[in-house]
Amino acid sequence: MTALSVEIKSKTYAARTPGANHTALKDLSFTVPEGEFACIVGPSGSGKTTLLNIVGGLDREMEGVVRIGDGGGTAPSDLPIGYMFQTPRLFPWLSVLDNVRVVMDGKSIEAGEAENLLKEMHLGDVMQAFPNRLSGGMQRRVALARAFAVKPQLLLMDEPFVSLDAPVANKLRRLLLDTWKARRTTVLFVTHDLGEALSLADRILFLSPSPGRIVLDLPVNLPRPRNLQDPAIDALRRDLLARYPQLLAGLVNVAHERA
Amino acid sequence: MLAPARTDRQGFTPLKNASDLTLRLISLGFFLLVWTVAALIAQSSMLPGPWAVAKSMVEHTVAGDLPYHVGITLARVAAAFVIAMAIGTAAGLAMGRSRRADLLFDGWLVLGLNVPALVVIILCYIWLGLTDVAAVIAVALNKIPLVVVTVREGARTLDRELSQVAQIYRFSPRKTLTKVTLPQLYPYIMAAARNGLALIWKIVLVVELLGRSDGVGFQLSIYFQYFDISSILAYTLGFIAVVLLIELAVLRPLELRLTRWRL
Repeated sequence: MTALSVEIKSKTYAARTPGANHTALKDLSFTVPEGEFACIVGPSGSGKTTLLNIVGGLDREMEGVVRIGDGGGTAPSDLPIGYMFQTPRLFPWLSVLDNVRVVMDGKSIEAGEAENLLKEMHLGDVMQAFPNRLSGGMQRRVALARAFAVKPQLLLMDEPFVSLDAPVANKLRRLLLDTWKARRTTVLFVTHDLGEALSLADRILFLSPSPGRIVLDLPVNLPRPRNLQDPAIDALRRDLLARYPQLLAGLVNVAHERA
Repeated sequence: MLAPARTDRQGFTPLKNASDLTLRLISLGFFLLVWTVAALIAQSSMLPGPWAVAKSMVEHTVAGDLPYHVGITLARVAAAFVIAMAIGTAAGLAMGRSRRADLLFDGWLVLGLNVPALVVIILCYIWLGLTDVAAVIAVALNKIPLVVVTVREGARTLDRELSQVAQIYRFSPRKTLTKVTLPQLYPYIMAAARNGLALIWKIVLVVELLGRSDGVGFQLSIYFQYFDISSILAYTLGFIAVVLLIELAVLRPLELRLTRWRL
């Protein structure tokens, strides 16, 4: 079953001066099967966040079609989506518990699902605290709990661990993978960190520099559970960069493009 | 998030320690002393001393006229306040969010801000008759533009990132308003409320003086005709006491509750 299909012909931002429009994405298409953990890797400015905003329905001004679920049709789907932004974006005036509950329906709240999720994220002790009392890592765990609280058909993640120190980020990645494994949510995870992508993903889509399109679609068949420090990950990374030295700049050798 | 500058016209600077309190008491004592000396020198009913005013206040309270008229004025203040805050907040939010609404109505706003209070009062009485409805509307009309300006300022700074969260998780308009928008506006609404109260007190008295036959403003006009300065000052002080009480017992705790997440 296809969980997500994206066919973007072009996405342009109108500039103030006519004729100077900026094309952020062009001829970008891919599909993600249900339950897959897909990473998008690309250089900065390649339109990664733009892509997530389009998929999430925050940005609808583009030429193309995005389908979530098997519903068909071009209308933005009503299926629940979770979105973890680069910053936690919690509501500072709501307690940790209310920050999770606010996205849930009455039935789920009564069933105590918010409490269970927060306990799963090891936040059982701070449910009544306000978010600005928590560390950055804890705030991200609240945001992660909130994203899973809607039982998302699709989980979008935009470099959610980027400003954390390495041990905290590692813990959060493990937490994410555990939660993902228990629910088999389809994930679209944006990062510029190849190591992070290799440690998380079933499959990595590499973006070109602006205007972004997919230059390489790479399945990652490493066994799970994986660890960022695993030699296999490092080996794969070095192997990749040997084959495509410019990969992280979004450039692949033409000879390999159709391989 | 930016909070508006505190334009806390009624509140005191918070006390930090005992010596702060001493300073304040010295200041109060000095004020009473100057007043007493001036009254002794003048030896005139035009300038009664603190003692005479206190005596008058007790008499008017026991007789019941002071609480009665303060109560009536208070009811008018409350009605005008609620109307002005509700309309002003809604209009300010709309104008802060939508450029079109802003352009449509900011001319009215400038007009409203600059029409003298007295003109609004006179016109309301002429057009609506010498009624309580006219009195309350006149006061509210004077206040609404100020609420609009403050709330509009807040609405312009609403966090777009949090709106996106509301959009992703498909909040209803009602939920977006109560959980996302209003909490960001509370500092501005509170600022408008405090300043609003200060202004409304003052305008209500003028409204009562011009066209009502009860309320503190009406009483003041009567004592003015008798040159009864003790009673005028007694009513003034009684009124100030009630204002401060509302500030301390209602507005302060409310503000603390709404902003406790900042602590």
